[in-house]
Amino acid sequence: MLQFSVENSRTGSLRGVDAPRENSIEAHGLVREFKKGPRAVDGIDLRVDPGEIYGFLGPNGAGKSTTVHMLTTLLPPTAGTATVAGYDVVKEGPQVRKAIGAALQEAALDPFLTGREHLRLQTTMHGITGEERRERSDELLTRVGLTEAADRKVKGYSGGMKRRLDLALALVHRPRILFLDEPTTGLDVQSRTALWVEVGRLAKEEGVTVFLTTQYLEEADVLADRVGIIDHGRIVAEGTPEKLKADIACSTVEAVPGDPDQRGAVVSVLERFGEQTTGYGPGSIAVQLTSSNGNLAEIVRALDAEGIVLSQLQIHEPTLDDVFLAKTGRHLEGAGDEEEQESEPELEPARA
Amino acid sequence: MTATALVQTAALSKRAVVRTARQPANVVFPLIFPMLLFAVNAGGLKAETQLPGFPTSSFVAFALAVPFVQGALLATINANVEFARDIQTGFLNRLALTPVRGIVLLFGQLGGLVTIAVVQAVFYLAVGLAFGVRLQSGVAGAAMLLLLETCIALAFASLGSWAALRTGSTEAVQGLFPVFFVFLFLSSMNIPRNLIEADWFRWVATVNPVSYLIEAVRALVITGWDWETIGLGFAVAAGLTIAGFALATHALWNRLERT
Repeated sequence: MLQFSVENSRTGSLRGVDAPRENSIEAHGLVREFKKGPRAVDGIDLRVDPGEIYGFLGPNGAGKSTTVHMLTTLLPPTAGTATVAGYDVVKEGPQVRKAIGAALQEAALDPFLTGREHLRLQTTMHGITGEERRERSDELLTRVGLTEAADRKVKGYSGGMKRRLDLALALVHRPRILFLDEPTTGLDVQSRTALWVEVGRLAKEEGVTVFLTTQYLEEADVLADRVGIIDHGRIVAEGTPEKLKADIACSTVEAVPGDPDQRGAVVSVLERFGEQTTGYGPGSIAVQLTSSNGNLAEIVRALDAEGIVLSQLQIHEPTLDDVFLAKTGRHLEGAGDEEEQESEPELEPARA
Repeated sequence: MTATALVQTAALSKRAVVRTARQPANVVFPLIFPMLLFAVNAGGLKAETQLPGFPTSSFVAFALAVPFVQGALLATINANVEFARDIQTGFLNRLALTPVRGIVLLFGQLGGLVTIAVVQAVFYLAVGLAFGVRLQSGVAGAAMLLLLETCIALAFASLGSWAALRTGSTEAVQGLFPVFFVFLFLSSMNIPRNLIEADWFRWVATVNPVSYLIEAVRALVITGWDWETIGLGFAVAAGLTIAGFALATHALWNRLERT
């Protein structure tokens, strides 16, 4: 709270002169409760620095979209405070909306309008008219590779094309901060990679601050400068992907016995080096090594001493899934599925 | 309203019109269905003109008022189903994320719907003229008729927008279709109120606001400048618009929780 007060007083000095403010995002104790539901967001503190790509990683129903809705002013917080681009999301909603662009979870497009018509409408809603509107639309269509499809109705677009148009629409007014809510969900690898390239370019070349929610480990790992891992509405870990992985500092050894009857013996040997874990290939035994306990050579020697024959032996470096596992006791993949129905009941909000 | 807000309203209205125009079912049905009902009624009920006190010798002229009201209802249902779909798909959220004022979103929706209803009215009027109907109020009456249709469409549109914003459900808005039609059939659409024999039906038709809308249109067609009837029609349309708009604005405020 103290930090927020300082920030507020700093930005407050600029009020009235419309001076550019810092492109940062800050939240303190952000909470959102829904009627008859759990706390979708349960006291989030975060800070995203200007020009940074912040990956907000978590399973379905963890509270990612609710957080984005609050930070983009679509949903008032039940408690806590947040500033986006130096503006209070509750008290200065219109100013926040001018400063941000957002592509929400569903690429909400009108199937009966063309891509160009979408851009024309979006620019008009942002008060951009005339020649500037046409130039900006053409520029964005070119940038997202939709020039040829610009005059086709959106109902004929592929999922990747819709996502690219969605991104273009979020950029029409040259926002300083961009919110992307699961932008690559459902996209093929090629479309996903293309979107990553464009998002990376926006941050590096144009200095746009990007707040990106995802349930894909690889996306957060590749794209984000820093990652916040959210589960049950709370941030359970935060840092650079490298630091998060280094903090748990333990690789996983995966072994497949050559003789299935030796499975018990393999488990017995590997458990000397760490705790058994799940989520690897069928028939394999995986053990997450404790930080300083053993290396691959020692493990091979121990297995050999027991006369165990393996058909496969691999060592996996820590991933963000391991970080999630370490922090929550569950794997990220599928973690939210069983809870999805009770979490994020956004259609029935309680008035704040 | 600022110039920017006007431009934004026009852009949203245009989008509503374009979206409707690109869905043939939403264009053809509201044009054809009222004309079919008009033809059936004009053929089947023309003996009514023999009733003592019936206001005209042409049942076609008498019945022509109905498509205007029915067309406004159909335009309302179609446009507000699309409005509810905007809520379901998140398109409304996309617009809410821009600096556009909430009221502009509602004006844009209403503007598009009214434009469609007026275009339909021109079609109904052309069909009526083609079938030999002559407006007793003359050419100026045709202009007044379109103005009245604008008000009627605005009344239904604001009520339909309230339903769309309140429920956010395409199914719920479609569910209004039979409700609106009950009001239509329990009005003076097929017979003047003073000639309705069943007391309960005459009472229902008298308290039913749709009767006054139909009678105002009908007056321009078969009577001429009957200011009392026409004024009552405008007043009812204005009352419904005010009520519907107040409800829709409140629902919009609840729907758009944005800060």
